[in-house]
Amino acid sequence: MISVNGLSHTIGPAKILDDINLQIAPGGVTALIGPNGAGKSTLLSVVSRQVPAQSGEVSLDGADMKRIDHAALALRMAVVAQDVGVASRLRIRDLVGFGRWPHAKGKPSPKDADIVAQALAQFDLTALADRFLDEVSGGQRQRAFVAMAYAQDTDWLLLDEPLNNLDLRHARRLMSELRNLAQNAGKSILIVLHDLNYAISWADHIIALKDGRVAFAGETQDVMTSRTLSALYETDVSVMAKDGKTFVWHHN
Amino acid sequence: MPDRRLLFLAGLFAVSCGLYLLWGLQGRIWFILELRGIKLAGLCVVGAAIGIATVLFQTLSGNRILTPAIMGFDALFLLMQTSVVFFLGGFNYAGLPGPFLFAMNTVVMVCAAVLLFGALFRRSRNDIQLMILVGVIFGLLFRSLTGFMQRLIDPSEFAIVQGTMFASFGGINRTELIAASILLGMLSIWVWRQLPLLDVMALGRGPARHLGVDYDRHQFQLLCAIAAFVAISTALVGPITFLGLLVSALAHALMRTHRHVHLLPAAALIAIIILVLGQGAFERLMRLQSTLAVVIEFVGGLLFLVLLAKGKIR
Ligand SMILES: Nc1ncnc2c1ncn2[C@@H]1O[C@H](COP(=O)(O)OP(=O)(O)O)[C@@H](O)[C@H]1O
Ligand SMILES: [Mg+2]
Repeated sequence: MISVNGLSHTIGPAKILDDINLQIAPGGVTALIGPNGAGKSTLLSVVSRQVPAQSGEVSLDGADMKRIDHAALALRMAVVAQDVGVASRLRIRDLVGFGRWPHAKGKPSPKDADIVAQALAQFDLTALADRFLDEVSGGQRQRAFVAMAYAQDTDWLLLDEPLNNLDLRHARRLMSELRNLAQNAGKSILIVLHDLNYAISWADHIIALKDGRVAFAGETQDVMTSRTLSALYETDVSVMAKDGKTFVWHHN
Repeated sequence: MPDRRLLFLAGLFAVSCGLYLLWGLQGRIWFILELRGIKLAGLCVVGAAIGIATVLFQTLSGNRILTPAIMGFDALFLLMQTSVVFFLGGFNYAGLPGPFLFAMNTVVMVCAAVLLFGALFRRSRNDIQLMILVGVIFGLLFRSLTGFMQRLIDPSEFAIVQGTMFASFGGINRTELIAASILLGMLSIWVWRQLPLLDVMALGRGPARHLGVDYDRHQFQLLCAIAAFVAISTALVGPITFLGLLVSALAHALMRTHRHVHLLPAAALIAIIILVLGQGAFERLMRLQSTLAVVIEFVGGLLFLVLLAKGKIR
């Protein structure tokens, strides 16, 4: 359980997050949605302690986040940030291998190598494993970063717009793997999504942010309605049902 | 099984040292060998310090174009050294024992570097243009302040610091060499134990922290180590701006890896080979004692411009 209590965050004069109170349930997929600039990435970076909480507090399974040490946190929570740039010249296999650092601390065992190989296979990267990161496409690079977090094998997995640059097949494959991890391995996933159709079809819970505040939050089928979504994006959005599936229509 | 390219470098290193010691050896053999041995040891210490400092700095700054020297680290060392002379008085300064002076200069340098560059890294790691600009301005500022202080110093005391302003491989001081070697040894052992951690830190602050690395603490420690490495090389031979750039570019091109276990020894060996072969050639072939620094600056400076022009700053 991640709980966020009275969290506010300002950068200069701008209030980016304003008194956020949330409970993120373990063992499910929670989607974070909202317009550009709503504060989704900021919330994720405070929750993952990339940025310190200015006021209010964040706790992980009852323990204050401030008190968990770096190495212990990396064994419990893996993060894929929104704009990941890596300075060093790395091969994809090495990048994914870094996911094992919190466990192996630079001395990888055969088990670590197996997990890396499995992560590469899971994200369709085996054939690209020996390519340099700056010599693959944006989507392939994105998948490499997701695979690295996957190899970290933590209870919590936080992903900021991981579907960016992914084609249909890989986007769908990633969502179904996340679903599978939540359902069968008891992992807890917090994911920032832009495509509402992915949110509505794969997420158990939704948290919607707007202008640094929680606009609404709850079970997907309860809160994702034409009315709430239209208000959230200030655009006409309809939630429809067809053949027992719900989807979101907003193109015209 | 050590890497083949590292073995090749080690072989080249041994050959250069042998050449430097034995080439044209005649007359009072033992006396000349001792002189050459001291000089050779000095070149090795300086080369290793510059090579390691540069690779470590580039790991922290996240690019391949900035080096401690370009960012004004050695100018800072000279400034600190001059201020110590300025405040103590030249004769008091010269009266202090060599190893103590060296330790004092190093400590002052480390504190100043951490204060200045620690803040800079926190604010502008992702802004390479800004870092280059700040580095150039720092370098100029430190050099001007040094010049200014030296004018204020009594002319006879000035002679004490004057020699340090320009790179010279000629007169390496024996006690300083011993102090520098001991410090280099201790620092290298410390760096050796950080090798896998350095690979993670090269990913950048965000990814490294996600992997559970206390980045800011390690960055602080590494900045201290870099400042001490620069103190070693600047105290022994004076400022050489572009050797580090040249060496790290060659090390990266040769090793083609992100792993510091290969990069750091390669950079240290390449720097030593360049210095030893260069100095040997200039001394023995052309009978020119003091041209090596000029040539290194020329070649390294050209490389710097080429890298900038090509936009190859990652
Ligand atoms: N470094 C920064 N300085 C100033 N404002 C920022 C900074 N980073 C983000 N912001 C602002 O904070 C708000 C929230 O940003 P972000 O969390 O990235 O939004 P989202 O991920 O929901 O699109 C935006 O209005 C953005 O302009
Ligand atoms: Mg964002």
